[in-house]
Amino acid sequence: MHELSVCQALIGQVERIARENGARRVVSVVVAVGPLSGVEPALLEHAYPIAAAGTVAEHASLTVEVMPVEVHCRKCGARGEARPNRIVCAACGEWQVDVISGEEMLLKRVEIETDALAAS
Amino acid sequence: MCRDCGCTLGPAVARAPLASVKPPAGRVETIEVITAILDENDRVAAHNREHFDGHGVLALNLMSSPGAGKTSLLEATIRALAGRLRVAVVEGDLATENDADRIRACGVPAVQVQTGNACHLDATMVHDALHELPLAGLDVLFIENVGNLVCPASFDLGQHRNVTLLSVPEGDDKPAKYPVMFRAADLTLLTKTDLLPYLTEFSPARARAALQQVGYGGETIELTSRGGEGFAAWLAWLDREVAAQRARTAQGRTARPNVQPEGALAHASARPAR
Ligand SMILES: Nc1nc2c(ncn2[C@@H]2O[C@H](COP(=O)(O)OP(=O)(O)O)[C@@H](O)[C@H]2O)c(=O)[nH]1
Ligand SMILES: [Mg+2]
Ligand SMILES: [Zn+2]
Ligand SMILES: [Zn+2]
Ligand SMILES: [Zn+2]
Repeated sequence: MHELSVCQALIGQVERIARENGARRVVSVVVAVGPLSGVEPALLEHAYPIAAAGTVAEHASLTVEVMPVEVHCRKCGARGEARPNRIVCAACGEWQVDVISGEEMLLKRVEIETDALAAS
Repeated sequence: MCRDCGCTLGPAVARAPLASVKPPAGRVETIEVITAILDENDRVAAHNREHFDGHGVLALNLMSSPGAGKTSLLEATIRALAGRLRVAVVEGDLATENDADRIRACGVPAVQVQTGNACHLDATMVHDALHELPLAGLDVLFIENVGNLVCPASFDLGQHRNVTLLSVPEGDDKPAKYPVMFRAADLTLLTKTDLLPYLTEFSPARARAALQQVGYGGETIELTSRGGEGFAAWLAWLDREVAAQRARTAQGRTARPNVQPEGALAHASARPAR
């Protein structure tokens, strides 16, 4: 529900990166989001064009990489996937596990276009 | 209504580039970044935490759905702590000043933050409120977040601990439905337990089991804001946290709540699920 706020923060970062690198415009933005971050990928994609409108990223595509929930078991040492509301070891059922993936809310990559001519 | 929620109903859009994407004309460069999207909020939150630590104040963020009893708990707590701990409150609400008025009626300072369209507090809103409070003379600052079991969990405010309330009328399955919120808690309060005789479908044991299933490893206290054993356990938890904050302040250390994924940056290069 807070995806517009998240997108506005994202666009703020993208604008800064574009400025620092002398971008004419941003071509694409790649983010990584886990189910335990509290952000819904579909809502993020809906909110993104609204936040990007009128910025250097206005025509940039957004790719949302959805990360799996992965845990490491403190009891048996197994590493495996889990569900967001059943964060237990897939191998032995233990609930004392460390989440090693699934909490991400990251900007990973930005593709920019600069004024330099394309190498043909 | 949340500004963020207004436009989001409808089918998921394709993950392909937007139709309006232009073919590149100049040179295209790829920049690898890997930073938290909420980096700027996290920076302001860290600054808020410095304000709290600089004055030895314990900052607690209270989160729950609307009506779970956050303001009632604060009213009862302030009365119970009167003359013992110095307290102030930051109240987050969409539009009204009602909760801050209720707190001021208990005789402690309160700042109301009207979030307007935003359904959560962020670090900048709290920072603006801080400069209206006498931090130097305080032991505890309570931050009552906007009633919402989704958004508030994602925004660090600079607090030391998260306290999440689940009231008996909401049902004991809520942790399974809102895992992100309950995972973020350092303490969970099962509130309005005076209603248990009327809402026999609520099982505190099932609520505790659901909390465990989402990876919650903290303490759970059953209480009613009308007093009793559980309420005393909550006051004891507060006393322990205030003592711990004083000890940290003396040693120049701080504490962070469960809100922020520790390992997220380290695992950013892992492969996506799709
Ligand atoms: N029975 C009962 N009602 C409560 C309790 N705590 C709060 N309430 C009631 O629940 C309603 C919402 O409480 P409030 O503190 O405003 O909730 P908030 O929205 O989370 O701040 C009010 O009518 C309160 O009187 C409790 O422990 N027991
Ligand atoms: Mg309230
Ligand atoms: Zn929302
Ligand atoms: Zn195991
Ligand atoms: Zn400041």
